[in-house]
Amino acid sequence: MAIVTAETLRDSYDVIVVGSGAAGGQTAYTLTMEGAKVLMLEAGRNYDPVRETPMFQENFRAPLRGTGTPDKPFGFHDATVGGGWKIAGEPYTSASAESGRQFTWYRARMLGGRTNHWARNALRNGPYDFKPYSRDGLGFDWPISYEDVAPYYDKVEMLIGVYGSNEGLENTPDSPDGVLLPAPKARVGELLAKQRVARLGVPVIPLHRAVLSQRQDFQRIPARLHPNNPRAQRILADSMQGRAACFWATPCGRGCAIRANYQSTTVHLPPALATGNLDILTDALVREVTLGSDGRADGVAYVDRHSGTERRVRARVVVLAASACESVRILLNSRSPSFPNGLANSSGLVGRYIMDTVGSSVGGQIPLLEAMPPHNEEGAGDHVYSPWWLYREQKAGKLNFPRGYHIEFASGKYMPNQYTAWALERYTGGSYGRRFKEDARRYYGSFIQFTGRGEMIPNENSFCDLDPAVKDKWGIPVLRFHWQWSEHELRQAAHMQQTFAAMIQSMGGSVIGAVHEDGRRAIAPGGYIIHEVGGARMGGDPKRSVTNSWGQTWDVKNLFVTDGALFCSNADKNPTLTIMALAWRCSDYLLEELRKGNL
Amino acid sequence: MNTTKPGGISRRDAVKWMLTAAATVPWLQPSALAADPSRAGTSPAEPQPAAPPIEPLPSRDGYGTDPDLTKTYGPGDFWPLTFTPEQRRTAAALCALIIPADEHSPSAAEVGVPDFIDEWISAPYPEHGYNRVTILTGLRWIDAEARRRFSRPFADLSESQGRAICDDICWVPKATEQNLEAAGFFAMFRNLTAAGFYTTPEGMKDLGYVGNTPQASFDGPPEAALRKAGLIA
Ligand SMILES: Cc1cc2nc3c(=O)[nH]c(=O)nc-3n(C[C@H](O)[C@H](O)[C@H](O)COP(=O)(O)OP(=O)(O)OC[C@H]3O[C@@H](n4cnc5c(N)ncnc54)[C@H](O)[C@@H]3O)c2cc1C
Ligand code: SF4
Repeated sequence: MAIVTAETLRDSYDVIVVGSGAAGGQTAYTLTMEGAKVLMLEAGRNYDPVRETPMFQENFRAPLRGTGTPDKPFGFHDATVGGGWKIAGEPYTSASAESGRQFTWYRARMLGGRTNHWARNALRNGPYDFKPYSRDGLGFDWPISYEDVAPYYDKVEMLIGVYGSNEGLENTPDSPDGVLLPAPKARVGELLAKQRVARLGVPVIPLHRAVLSQRQDFQRIPARLHPNNPRAQRILADSMQGRAACFWATPCGRGCAIRANYQSTTVHLPPALATGNLDILTDALVREVTLGSDGRADGVAYVDRHSGTERRVRARVVVLAASACESVRILLNSRSPSFPNGLANSSGLVGRYIMDTVGSSVGGQIPLLEAMPPHNEEGAGDHVYSPWWLYREQKAGKLNFPRGYHIEFASGKYMPNQYTAWALERYTGGSYGRRFKEDARRYYGSFIQFTGRGEMIPNENSFCDLDPAVKDKWGIPVLRFHWQWSEHELRQAAHMQQTFAAMIQSMGGSVIGAVHEDGRRAIAPGGYIIHEVGGARMGGDPKRSVTNSWGQTWDVKNLFVTDGALFCSNADKNPTLTIMALAWRCSDYLLEELRKGNL
Repeated sequence: MNTTKPGGISRRDAVKWMLTAAATVPWLQPSALAADPSRAGTSPAEPQPAAPPIEPLPSRDGYGTDPDLTKTYGPGDFWPLTFTPEQRRTAAALCALIIPADEHSPSAAEVGVPDFIDEWISAPYPEHGYNRVTILTGLRWIDAEARRRFSRPFADLSESQGRAICDDICWVPKATEQNLEAAGFFAMFRNLTAAGFYTTPEGMKDLGYVGNTPQASFDGPPEAALRKAGLIA
């Protein structure tokens, strides 16, 4: 990859993009394909998934059989580099010591950010999700509607490759013909769930995931994505031909050396680099956006993580895409006499209304899935899910919480790991010896877990600001999180527990552990689902939002935000597909403004 | 999100459940059981010197947040191991009782599981420190128990003698009050033995795992599987 060093930087760029994940990758892709000269600054190290992904490494090759540790929370072979729930020398703090008020923050320090190991569930927001306030009077409407974003969902799905199906369900949008790749067949546990939970009214349909279930149509898609731009078409076609289809064998969380799933490093950055318009500087931690005497952003100041020295680089436009909370931190740290409370913060809303997803799970053991004949169930994560289905009941006031959740399934015979035959004594009465081996064979793959992903409504008590005392190892003030769930989320989490227990029972199974009626026990801590968004929300009114509907900050014309910080609400749908669709949309506007000479 | 699922449980939740279990089940708490001679089974009339407490691990680094993932590692590569030759022998004997050889696969002792357990209890991460106390204390207890009942080290017992001890501690709800903590040790040891064994090539094959091999297509469940689940007649 065309990775530059501080010494080989150009004097100035059209655009600086801070961050290289879903938002930064999409932004750089869109801009460079249209000819803008872009410098991407990434705090983490360079990372090459083709070379570094441990595709077939069995767990016995890893320390502790690959089990997660504080160094690698999602397991030894997981793709996270330099990150985790805690990063040495780069802390964050919590404003409260209360257990229900903690926010936990997962970060990665690597090229491509968390897209290297995300779960690749890629759902569109529906029409309701952009106008939640208008529907129930809670939270905020977006300044844009589904129709504004739909063309960009189409583009992103075609670019990255998403499998799934069109089911015509309420607030669960279909994609136009020829956009989605075919969904893989369901596994036996997924099929059993589908058959049994139908009687509870819960629909089970193919999940949408950013995985190539077949190779992309490199002859047709590039022209649809880049009309009138033959060079971009050629570059994209080349990149698409370098991506193989999924071979149904390995865990996507390790990343994919054959480029069959979406990671910024395998999908966005290779074509962007091939344009010759992209320079990437890694190990460059941006501290602040710098301002010229004209009040416009003129570049950024960053710390070279190797030497610890601070440097500056200039551009006509600065885009923050460092992930929602990191972008907020950069804004708050960019203080000057004209912006004493942080840059682009005249509304006082920078850092406000951050949201995560409501998460809760129940697992069960299913006798009908015991002792299955061996067959391959690996590949491409979950194949089915349940979209939210109780819109009518909710509208009629029959539920005691206002917003929906979807259900993710975990069922299958995956590569045995630490937990495969763990704590079987619940079922075996404490067998050991030859009987234990028989029991292990019998129970392997007979478990299912249902996991809820629900909408959190933004509230006054969930935000981040700068810690007044704590600084990271380079002396940069760190974020302090304030967090509080409202009754809406707690009740929803309790509802998830009842639903999942009923689903397990409908499958003839038994629930593992407690089913919580108290939402406070049911709900995962803030940040735990790693869907943090908000903090620089878009809007139509400069007093009530940080950016306009194109991510352009109201206060500084040539400063943009293109990541999840823009979110006005956080639908149950996992946020990353929407992050990318918005980043593409914002970048189109940015290009147009550049062309017009407005920036 | 959902990353890899162990036994149908996402890693994230599995770890959470383990922690919850450890916090709420009293017998999973570390104890100084073997340090108390009366509970170790020796007669109170012949007091023995209390066994030395299990030393906490000196604090040291783990493998860090950026290890080379493409290499193959073995126990001892990242941190020093703990077992003395005697502890290792006891652990191997117990591994072989929990997962013995049968017509499908070798015993856990034959495929390096004692080394894995040693690696596990020697790891410099917080959870492991508490597993360490339970395992080392338990190994000491089971050896003392063997000497008390059969006048030999645990590793030298016959299979039926070894089973006689294990039968008393193989399930917490069935264990006597006096054996509760030993049963907690056994549960943890069995878990670790299974974790070590079923992740080896021999263990994966025994379970009938057939993934991790590139496929041209995802074919879904075969008819036999659908029939087993009652989805077709
Ligand atoms: C295990 C896991 C599973 C997930 N599953 C899903 C899923 O199924 N579906 C879904 O929609 N989402 C999922 N997510 C969330 C998803 O990963 C994020 O929403 C997405 O990566 C956000 O993209 P981003 O570009 O905003 O941030 P990131 O991907 O985090 O990238 C930000 C980049 O900016 C860099 N950076 C930060 N600060 C600075 C700075 N000051 N200077 C320079 N660079 C900086 C970071 O190092 C990082 O590389 C999952 C996340 C995890 C961890
Ligand atoms: S399952 Fe498919 S997409 Fe996922 S890592 Fe393996 S080959 Fe790549």
